[in-house]
Amino acid sequence: MDTRSAQPHGPSRKVIDAMDSQHEGTAPASPPRSDTTLRVNGKPHTLTVDHRRVLLDLLREDLGLAGAKKGCDHGQCGACTVLVDGRRANSCLLFAVALDGCEITTVEGLAGDGEELHPVQRAFLERDAFQCGYCTPGQICSAIGALAEAAAGHPSHVTDPRTPSGEPVPLDREEIRERLSGNICRCGAYPRIADAVEDVIS
Amino acid sequence: MTGTETVLGAPVERREGREKVTGTARYAAEYDAVGRAQAWPVPAAVARGRVTGVDPSPALTLPGVLAVLTHENAPRLADPQDPTLAVLQSPHVPHRGWFVGLVVGETLEAARAGAAAVRVTYEAEDHDVTLTADHPEAYVPDMANGGFPAVTEHGDPDAAFASSATRLDVEYRVPPLHNHPMEPHTSTARWDGDRLTVHSSSQGTTAVRTELASMFELPEDRITVLAEHVGGGFGSKGTPRADVVLAALAARTTGRPVTVALPRRYLPAVVGHRAPTLHRLRLGADAGGRITSLDHEVTTHTSRVKEFVEQAAVPARVMYAADALRTSHRVAPLDVPTPSWMRAPGECPGMYALESAMDELATDLGIDPVELRIRNEPETEPDSGKPFSSRNLVQCLREGVRRFGWADRDPRPGSRRAGPLLVGSGVAAATYPVLVSPCAASARALPDGDFLVRVNATDIGTGARTVCAQIAADALGVPLDRVRIEVADSGIGFAPMAGGSSGTASWGWSVHEACVRLGGRLAGHSGPLPGEGIVADADTSGTADADSPFARHAFGAHFAEVTVDTVTGEVRVTRLLGVFAAGRILNARTARSQFVGGMTMGLGMALTEDSTVDPAFGDFTECDLASYHVPAHADVADVEAHWVDEEDAHLNPMGSKGIGEIGIVGSAAAVGNAVHHATGIRFRELPLTPHRVLTALLEHEHPAGMLGA
Repeated sequence: MDTRSAQPHGPSRKVIDAMDSQHEGTAPASPPRSDTTLRVNGKPHTLTVDHRRVLLDLLREDLGLAGAKKGCDHGQCGACTVLVDGRRANSCLLFAVALDGCEITTVEGLAGDGEELHPVQRAFLERDAFQCGYCTPGQICSAIGALAEAAAGHPSHVTDPRTPSGEPVPLDREEIRERLSGNICRCGAYPRIADAVEDVIS
Repeated sequence: MTGTETVLGAPVERREGREKVTGTARYAAEYDAVGRAQAWPVPAAVARGRVTGVDPSPALTLPGVLAVLTHENAPRLADPQDPTLAVLQSPHVPHRGWFVGLVVGETLEAARAGAAAVRVTYEAEDHDVTLTADHPEAYVPDMANGGFPAVTEHGDPDAAFASSATRLDVEYRVPPLHNHPMEPHTSTARWDGDRLTVHSSSQGTTAVRTELASMFELPEDRITVLAEHVGGGFGSKGTPRADVVLAALAARTTGRPVTVALPRRYLPAVVGHRAPTLHRLRLGADAGGRITSLDHEVTTHTSRVKEFVEQAAVPARVMYAADALRTSHRVAPLDVPTPSWMRAPGECPGMYALESAMDELATDLGIDPVELRIRNEPETEPDSGKPFSSRNLVQCLREGVRRFGWADRDPRPGSRRAGPLLVGSGVAAATYPVLVSPCAASARALPDGDFLVRVNATDIGTGARTVCAQIAADALGVPLDRVRIEVADSGIGFAPMAGGSSGTASWGWSVHEACVRLGGRLAGHSGPLPGEGIVADADTSGTADADSPFARHAFGAHFAEVTVDTVTGEVRVTRLLGVFAAGRILNARTARSQFVGGMTMGLGMALTEDSTVDPAFGDFTECDLASYHVPAHADVADVEAHWVDEEDAHLNPMGSKGIGEIGIVGSAAAVGNAVHHATGIRFRELPLTPHRVLTALLEHEHPAGMLGA
């Protein structure tokens, strides 16, 4: 999985409290914070963000978007996967303050208006591609990101090296499994998840 | 009513599926409330000893830190039934990672920074965390987990072994293993006066409420425990864990709602683990392949907090006809974290050893391993002499042979090569007992024509809501969409946990009974229903737990195909096929998912899951998901689950056996046996990592002293 953080590209921000407790004799009254604006599921949100706050906690604690899950908080399980400017990322590894101006899509932002599910969500339902459901939002976001990466011609570890550069990479089951391997499912729904992603491709 | 005959067994979609795929399903950390605080525990930094001092001031001066709780200032609690829950009650440190403090903060960041800032000093004592088969402190316990006697003996196993035509005497090792459900153990607690409400990630709210009531010395009716959605458990949430006690303590101390979400790295030390097991198996057989003597000895560890004995020799009491049969457990109390349930405790590691030994015996005898098992089918349960309520192991084996294409197998080890890959296939049997407990439920006919079924089931991913609704629809004879269901609330009534593969049988039995009674009342009712409807209650105490004259177990067979890379030592499971006989399958869709999930966890046990108790530090080296490797997508190529039709009138009104655990039982042995078939090398210690396999391959090709020559 691509876990590189998106580049901050917003305007320079006001730093609320830049005191560094490591270098001060007394602890600050409040931790360093900055105003940060994110577009989440199409809506802008400007928050004064603790510099330690990762995107996952911002979504869950500040915006009430608990769809992204905290499985490990260390980028090891993929349960927190969201799309940042269209690319999948472990939101537990991204400092929110560094994402000023970024477009974030979470599992809550995938379905259309009303009752309509995203095709990947529908396929997960139809294939019973989950049990406890805790990894599911991450799996779904990751699958959507992986489909886009393949369409954009990004190779994976198992892509045939003879595949023309820049051409969409066809996704067989081995490709699907490889590309989703950053998302752990302890219930063992993997075969059904691969089925669901295949359904969306075909 | 017509058209409902197929409700039970039908592949019905999960009722909460839409919530799970849209991210609206709420788990224990996700119940926000005004003023909710977050808490972060402080784990002990010594393997044995006591806390001599705590300086909370560096934490308390940090912004957003609300409180630092330790044994010095935490409210005193009554002794818990489970001593692992006596957190912050004494300076004693029984193992590394035991919680010695809890920092409550306005935010996760504040609590975490506070936990890092608390200064704890210790008086460390020498510790011993290393299990050996001849550990001087090992003893024979009274009971193993599940209430099984530690030792059973029939006939004269030693004499029978000594006089057997073929003798196998082998040792196997299974390392500590970790449950690691995707949702870490989490609780959110809130006090309203003397009423306590907790959202807890638990496999059963009744047990959580009982323990909290006793520890906080409250009447049970002042405590509500909710577990609407639970992100897996696999046994580690079967009873309350420290998170719920800490959350209730912190909420009481601070007067705020508090969430305790345990950090992933802390889980192995505090939520239980599958204890390591050292196995010695002695199998004697006659020339015809009939087992004359079976002796399974297990040595395991427990902590000094409480005794937990992984009952790994118990499946040998069930599996094969042997005139002489001995099974025994020994346990060494060490300064280790406390072991507990992990998916199929006992059966899972025990059947790895027994089914690996059966494969070795088949090889020694020159008998097909499927045939060897069929030749040793018992007439009655070997240990108890009871008749089986149903036993379709042979049918599972034969169905697996057919589906897997076993007949085409060349039995000679190392006979299939594909470039640098060796290819092999293996088989192993599976068993898991039928467990069931009493439960309360109610069914109400509503004036709008719907039915409301309430049962305190917990849906940890099994599809409990869905299958209980199916059972209700079937018993009422109404369409499934007329049945509403409420679960996972301790206020509904008492219920057993989602564990021991007993949930559906236990909850379903009481749901069935309530619905049958309601049907009777409705039959005697004329005219419109009153506003509150008509209700019927059920309590299966005395029925569900009545002694059975039958030995009741599910059975199964696993078939695995592997490739072994002779260059890297990597083993890959190219096919894993299971066939199960588990009574009536109540929801084909969710049942298949559970079987496949169990088999996948068995694949992890075989190949990747490995934990080590560090002799110096005293805790698990592989404590997170970067170091403890659970299977990922790329590891799981082709896993299939099938079942045979099994009618068994001696189970419960649905005719079902549990399915949550049998999928993991025997799957690691099937993989290991396939690796032997591929390589000709017998591995007797899990997991089959590239390092271990490559080392053995090189030694095999270049015996000692030859390497590098």
